[in-house]
Amino acid sequence: MSVISFEVIYRGIFQKSLAVKISRTLILAAVKEGKPGISFGRYSDSPERNGIPAKQFGYIADNEEELETVAAQYEPKQVDISICVDDTLCKGVESWAWYGLQPINAVTKPGGTLIVTSNQKEDELVQHIHRRDTPYKLAIIPGEASFAGLWVYKDDGTDARCLAAALKAEPTMCSIASLESAIRENIGSETHIEAAREVYEDLRPVEIEPGQGNDEVPFTFELLKWHEMRQGVVIDGVGGHEGFRGGEGGYEPGRNPYFKKWSTRTMRPVVSFDKCTKCTLCWVACPDTCFDVTPDGFFDANMEACCGCGVCEAICPVKDCITMVNEVVFEERDSQWQMWQENKEDYDKYMDEKISVGKIEGRHPITGLGQAFSGIGIEMGHNPETAQVKSLQDLK
Amino acid sequence: MATATEQQQGAGVHLLTGSEVMAHVCRLADVDVITAYPIRPYDTVMQYVSKFIAEGDFDADYIPAESEHGQFEIVKHASACGARVFTGSSGVGWLYAMEPLAVTAGLRLPMVALVGCRALDDPGAFGTEHNDAMLVRDLGWMINFPDTAQEVVELGLLSYRVAEDPRVYLPCAIAMDGAFLTHSQATVRLPGQEEVNAFLPPYDRGDLLLHPDNPITIAPQANEDWLMEVRRQSSEAAKNAYTVLKEAHADFSKTFGVDTDPFLDEYMTEDADVVLCGMGTLSLPVKVAIREMRKEGKKVGMVRLKWFRPFPTEELRASLSRFKAVGVIDRDYSFGSPYHGGIVFNEVKAAMYGADKVPHMKGFVCGLGGREVLLEDVKLMADKVISMGQNDAADNEVDWIGVRD
Repeated sequence: MSVISFEVIYRGIFQKSLAVKISRTLILAAVKEGKPGISFGRYSDSPERNGIPAKQFGYIADNEEELETVAAQYEPKQVDISICVDDTLCKGVESWAWYGLQPINAVTKPGGTLIVTSNQKEDELVQHIHRRDTPYKLAIIPGEASFAGLWVYKDDGTDARCLAAALKAEPTMCSIASLESAIRENIGSETHIEAAREVYEDLRPVEIEPGQGNDEVPFTFELLKWHEMRQGVVIDGVGGHEGFRGGEGGYEPGRNPYFKKWSTRTMRPVVSFDKCTKCTLCWVACPDTCFDVTPDGFFDANMEACCGCGVCEAICPVKDCITMVNEVVFEERDSQWQMWQENKEDYDKYMDEKISVGKIEGRHPITGLGQAFSGIGIEMGHNPETAQVKSLQDLK
Repeated sequence: MATATEQQQGAGVHLLTGSEVMAHVCRLADVDVITAYPIRPYDTVMQYVSKFIAEGDFDADYIPAESEHGQFEIVKHASACGARVFTGSSGVGWLYAMEPLAVTAGLRLPMVALVGCRALDDPGAFGTEHNDAMLVRDLGWMINFPDTAQEVVELGLLSYRVAEDPRVYLPCAIAMDGAFLTHSQATVRLPGQEEVNAFLPPYDRGDLLLHPDNPITIAPQANEDWLMEVRRQSSEAAKNAYTVLKEAHADFSKTFGVDTDPFLDEYMTEDADVVLCGMGTLSLPVKVAIREMRKEGKKVGMVRLKWFRPFPTEELRASLSRFKAVGVIDRDYSFGSPYHGGIVFNEVKAAMYGADKVPHMKGFVCGLGGREVLLEDVKLMADKVISMGQNDAADNEVDWIGVRD
């Protein structure tokens, strides 16, 4: 029996169409060779909510009976290929199903391949990915995360390039000719096929050894038995508040210890405390109450609570006081205010460096969405009439 | 000086409709929050409740809502805040509140509601059918079907006592036959306030109380990792309701000095060969017809279910096993169900499956839309059951009685 299983890990809404497209096309390529397949989403991940980490799964089998045998388990416990289309998800996936933080490689088989679209290098990215006991391969498709809307996704070639990388990881899935044919039928242009070929030739997965990577223990909590749970669908309230970082001055609200939400974040605010006028607008406007009040009256975005929505940057009246920066350039979740207190010069240097490499450009003043969202989406595939992609160069 | 209402409502015998008795139960139970929205026939209870409040004999927050949906939402939330609540509706009005009805049971809130049973539209009809009340039977709601205004005292007070027990915390519907009970006056002995106080402790929501001093979140988003456990809890609460009801009924009998069975009202069953089984006010024509048939030597009896939820499975099995044949009368329908029988017929059969001795059973659909159940209808049904018993043969047919054919 030979079954190939894969998952596409993506951001709800922004990448739902992209994830479905990748799954579908991969299966349709295998179907060309008489191999049946099935693709489905994990619904509780809430694929219809902005930015929520979500998963699409797929199986390709040699025959229908084999397919049924694996598809009877709706959610695969292990997959041959994990495709992650937003590198900020490498910090972990916290779904709406409430089971703590899941490492990005949690279900990648020993020896399986984790494919990530990223502008990071392997040695940088692996710092975010939780370490594990078994080896796996990490393959990076160079490029930034492709974000779009509910019914559309960007015509930036992420689809074709991910497909080629998946085939490279599991060459028994189908021939390159079948994949190209599926891309032609389902995505559309020769440019995409050219892009796929290039990835297929250039992709160099690197071996990740056991124990290599982020040593953080992903937070989990116990799923209670029915007679241990409170009655009436009641959970303990998040009560009270304390001083800043448990100290005397300042204010930190109580927060839900079971649902941290920060894995929803694709960018984070970086605050220039020298410029801050303490006007309180960021603190008031933050929909997640993520700002802690410092003893000296500044507002410090708590990286355990920030969802990265960018409302603070949009509402801040002071130029360059709050800047949204790509989450992937950070490894730490330390207090920016504390860093600034310890050494103002060092903090300014840190801030400038992060902004220079990771500033999210061209954010819409009302929606707060970055440039990554601003392209005109295409409806489930390539339309040569409206395509922004004219050459291979456009896809990079 | 005592008000007119006080003079009329003291402990003792009064001539009252079922709705009026329900209003007295609210007053005696010292209900805190009541919401109303008009629909016949339940709404007479609100006329009496508002009169008691207006005359200063009853202190409760009385809120006319903008719809049934709002009506049930308001008391649902009040119940979460620790208020003893009362509301009610009928027919499609009750169905318009279906979302809060489901949620109230899901959240384990001990709302007590009067369902003035009424046919579901269309066609618009005021008469009684049990389908409206029965639509919450799978959701965790307890449901009882009083047959007389006097029984409304018992089932009304028990509803509060059992619903508010922390082992249960489930809502309870008092399903009263429209017109036959909601609008018919009968002599009723009302209990005194002190007896009621002794029987019914104040509602205590405990640590589930929605209050700023007790920070909790009620009903957060939870998916497949949690929901099955939540449902399992509700199942346990519904099981507990059975035990708690038996306990509470024993206490009720002691406090008020009455001698009734908690679940079943049996009439002339000691020597009966066959019985008719049903719920609500049809017990009156059934009892009278039985008396007449007894004169002809026909050994017929009646077993009336007082509570449909919790369903008294063991009691019913023990009771019905004693007879050769049983006819189940449904004042409701369940189109397309096994043998196209009514809801009670199918549940009674399910309860009897696997009993040591299973009587032959036959279903009847009768009295829909408030059509009167005539004595000759009852006799016709009884004769069919008697002949089933004599032939010692099952008859799975379900007959419509009193329909023009």
